Amino acid sequence: MLTPDFGLLFWMLVSFLFVLGLLAKFGFPVITRMVNERRDHIRHSLEAAEEAARKLENVKQESLAILDEARRQQAAIIKKAMSDGEQLLLNAQQKAVEETEKQLELARQRIELQKEKALGEINAQVAMLSVDIAEKVLHRQLDDKTKEEAFILQMLNEAESIV
Amino acid sequence: MHTGTRILISFGAVALALLWPLHAAADSHGEEEKLPVSEIISEHTADSYWWHITTINHHHVSIYLPVIVYSGAEGWLAFSSKRLAHGETYKGFRIAGEGKYKGKITGVNAAGEEYRPWDISITKNALALMINSAIMLSLFLSVARWYRRRPKNSVPGKFVCAIEMFVMDIYDDIIRKNIGDGHQRYAPYLLTAFFFILINNVMGLIPVFPGGANTTGNIAITCVLALCTMFAVNVFGNREYWKEIFWPDVPVWLKVPVPIIPVIELFGVFTKPFALMIRLLANIFAGHTVILSLMFIIFVTVKMGVAMNAGMTLFSVVLSIIMNCLELLVAYIQAYVFTMLSAMFIGLSRPSHHPKKIKA
Repeated sequence: MLTPDFGLLFWMLVSFLFVLGLLAKFGFPVITRMVNERRDHIRHSLEAAEEAARKLENVKQESLAILDEARRQQAAIIKKAMSDGEQLLLNAQQKAVEETEKQLELARQRIELQKEKALGEINAQVAMLSVDIAEKVLHRQLDDKTKEEAFILQMLNEAESIV
Repeated sequence: MHTGTRILISFGAVALALLWPLHAAADSHGEEEKLPVSEIISEHTADSYWWHITTINHHHVSIYLPVIVYSGAEGWLAFSSKRLAHGETYKGFRIAGEGKYKGKITGVNAAGEEYRPWDISITKNALALMINSAIMLSLFLSVARWYRRRPKNSVPGKFVCAIEMFVMDIYDDIIRKNIGDGHQRYAPYLLTAFFFILINNVMGLIPVFPGGANTTGNIAITCVLALCTMFAVNVFGNREYWKEIFWPDVPVWLKVPVPIIPVIELFGVFTKPFALMIRLLANIFAGHTVILSLMFIIFVTVKMGVAMNAGMTLFSVVLSIIMNCLELLVAYIQAYVFTMLSAMFIGLSRPSHHPKKIKA
């Protein structure tokens, strides 16, 4: 049992070398090469997918940042607009107050002017009245000196009280 | 009733029914005949000039295989082994019944001595080897053809996937891991060795033709496989390998003047493949013997009465099933171990001073 038979050794060598030759040339290298190529392909695809996912994540982050920035700017603009509006309102109010003051001042000045003018007219009229009165007095009573004086005084007083 | 119990009982009934005629026949033959169990078993595990398939009514159904012999007197001769069946002699050749060449074709030379001619007959094992080689070639060449015909990166089907998984498992786990750099050169040999052994082991477990031949349990077959590994190890071994054999890294007094360690190392060059050869042979041979022995329990216990025979038949079948499962495992393990050890020996034959880390 433990002595190898020559014939079987021969046929074993022939069949094994035949199988080995054929499979070493057309069998196993083809299979292992293809599987390794597919393995590489899968690895590359996975890497590419990971890269794409990472890029997508980056884009998402960027867009979020942009959105955040926009929101911040929006808030700032609104805030600025509000404060500007308030300022404007304040200014307008102040201006209005000033304008009113100015108008009032003008009115006051005009009134003063009118008053002076009126006073002037009154004075002129008083003078004319005085002259008239004097004429009348002169025409009517130049007889009694004392009466005349009293009269003039009375007239003057009257005139003063009128003024 | 429990399903298992029911199956057991129905099995027992069937066994009884089948064994009754067998038992009756044994009775009619008389008690003198003794079953030559060990002879039949060794016949089944040994090589043969014909392939005995079955026996129906004492009539052997066999495939007679071509005998190819060369003798100085007759030159090359090829004829059917049927001419040598039942102890017949053809052109001076016959199958020796006993002696040194028992079971082999012998001739008688001019001096009247029995001699062994050059014999390259296609025996049972040789035919089984060819059948198994054909199975192996058709399996792997069809898968390889699938890959060559398909565009790159196409998805394989179930069959191609299964073969591919098998191949890549051996390739990644054994070959690449144990050899490391330069494993591509050895991969075809190791893969061929693995699947050659596996297919022969599994085919040996199938009890009917074309299986059942004890190929990997024959020393000629394991011898060739071990020699191939020895060849791969020693022919492609690098300088470092030979230096480690003849001038190993041990204290000088172990090398000069008496080269103790070199002799041991040199011895190892031969013991490694020898161990490969014997391991595979012994495992497969033992498996075949055990299964056949368990089968013979049925025939040996015929004379012990029907009930005993039925019980032992049940025992035999159950144990045979278990053993067959175990042998299926052994078929894979032995192919795996042979390939792994070969890969390891090859890896050891290519040492480098700066061992690189092998990529997983």
